[in-house]
Amino acid sequence: MPEPILKISKLSAHYGDFQALYGVDMEVAEGEVLAIIGANGAGKTTLLRSLSGLMSNEAGQITYRGQAIGALRADQVAALGIALVPEGRQLFPSLTVEENLMIGGRVNRAGPWNLHKVYDLFPILQERRGQASTSLSGGQQQMVAIGRALMSNPDLILFDEISLGLAPIIIKDIYAALPGIVGGGMSAVIVEQDITKALSVSSRVYCLQEGRVSLEGGSATVSREEISRAYFGIA
Amino acid sequence: MEWLNAVVQGTLLGGLYALFAAGLSLIFGVMRLVNIAHGDLIVMAAYLGLTATVVLGIHPLVALIVVIPAMAGIGYVLQRGILNRTLGDDLLPPLLVTFGLSVIIQNALLEGYTADPQKMNAGALETASLSVGGLSLGILPVLTFAVAVAVIAGLQWMFYHTALGRAFRAVSDNQDIAQLMGLNKRHIFGLAMALALAVTAIAGIFLGIRTSFDPSIGGGRLIFGFEAVIIGGLGNLWGTLAGGVILGVAQTVGAKIDPGWQVLSGHIAFLLILAVRPQGLFPRVSG
Ligand SMILES: Nc1ncnc2c1ncn2[C@@H]1O[C@H](COP(=O)(O)OP(=O)(O)OP(=O)(O)O)[C@@H](O)[C@H]1O
Ligand SMILES: [Mg+2]
Repeated sequence: MPEPILKISKLSAHYGDFQALYGVDMEVAEGEVLAIIGANGAGKTTLLRSLSGLMSNEAGQITYRGQAIGALRADQVAALGIALVPEGRQLFPSLTVEENLMIGGRVNRAGPWNLHKVYDLFPILQERRGQASTSLSGGQQQMVAIGRALMSNPDLILFDEISLGLAPIIIKDIYAALPGIVGGGMSAVIVEQDITKALSVSSRVYCLQEGRVSLEGGSATVSREEISRAYFGIA
Repeated sequence: MEWLNAVVQGTLLGGLYALFAAGLSLIFGVMRLVNIAHGDLIVMAAYLGLTATVVLGIHPLVALIVVIPAMAGIGYVLQRGILNRTLGDDLLPPLLVTFGLSVIIQNALLEGYTADPQKMNAGALETASLSVGGLSLGILPVLTFAVAVAVIAGLQWMFYHTALGRAFRAVSDNQDIAQLMGLNKRHIFGLAMALALAVTAIAGIFLGIRTSFDPSIGGGRLIFGFEAVIIGGLGNLWGTLAGGVILGVAQTVGAKIDPGWQVLSGHIAFLLILAVRPQGLFPRVSG
């Protein structure tokens, strides 16, 4: 196996006295789509917040392209090429659709993504470019959140619950856009409640349970029983 | 006619109050920081201007070329060195620290310049006036008002049409997510304070040309600035200008009734507006 783009070793994370992650080990290969599943409160969002620098960890717990990044700030991590599509979309309400996208492009890395490309991917956003981001539907807001992350031309993109709260038809649209996003060699980590969706787009899957990795396997090969055991902790 | 005159003079005075207030409004809008030392920073800018005019022998308005960058630099260093450390979920630490800063600035000015009132000499500009429809308008108040409008229009344009303004709004909306966009909020806050104190420099120079000043008057300027911001509605710069004008008009009209009522009637107008519209007249629509 070639050198992974991201290596997580013995990662722990805390909210005050509460420990949310316990010694998580994980690897993301170059160009791979990795899925992370787990019940509510398992620590999935905490993991992505740690990876993107929103939570500070010990430097050596996260290694990106050979560089220890665990202790870096989010803006420094972003500059290295890791982008997060956060849970709940989290657009900037005082910015228009286009301004939300443009601020994503502030991390000025070279790559294929720009406003035109994002509008090609999600044409509806071009129609709505001048509107307040708060005036969009949930699905459209998710498109902006994805476009905003792409605008930085990341090498690794992290998705936290892309489909949460969206209508099935919209979820289908967004997943249909996924190959066009990660096909260009970008690596991706997808946190997803919909296990079938998660397995169908990824090559490997990790399951988190109460802050620990409870399962690691190939998405095509893990069995339903293994997953439900890892998910709910039923022995 | 005398009443009309009072309203016009009050409106022009409101320009000065808007200059006092614009920096406060900007800082609160971007980082939710209430800067108790704002008035003392205005006075400090006036003293810097005074020193520049005396040492370099230049006109106070020319001194802006020196005082604006000086205050902006002080603002950036102050923010990165001290104020950033006080920002968080709790509003109290920045209040306490800027209160302490206010005391320090006042004492430093006392030490450096004594308690004697000072004034900047702007020559003919101070007395020149033009006559419009029977009213005599001082060139200085008209210029002050025009500069206030220009400053607010400039800030407004910067906020809504530049990458820096976009960054200010993004950080104001959500600091964490703004960091994800590669924005270092400490730096952005530093730039916001630099900009606010650049405006403060302008306010201090116009204050120092208009009236005499001493190290103790910062608190009063802070109150006028606060009242203008709150009357206009938090986070709305044009509202801040309107707030300054309302305050100025209330003061000059009050003074017209009884010269002793000038400041008091400004406060009363402020309280009345606050009672009727607690969010101010033009609160920011979104966010
Ligand atoms: N800000 C916080 N302060 C304290 N505890 C927190 C905080 N955020 C999350 N937690 C706790 O950390 C644990 C992991 O939360 P996290 O949000 O990472 O879970 P998750 O797997 O993303 O869940 P979900 O599927 O509901 O999004 C939970 O027990 C949660 O209660
Ligand atoms: Mg979550």
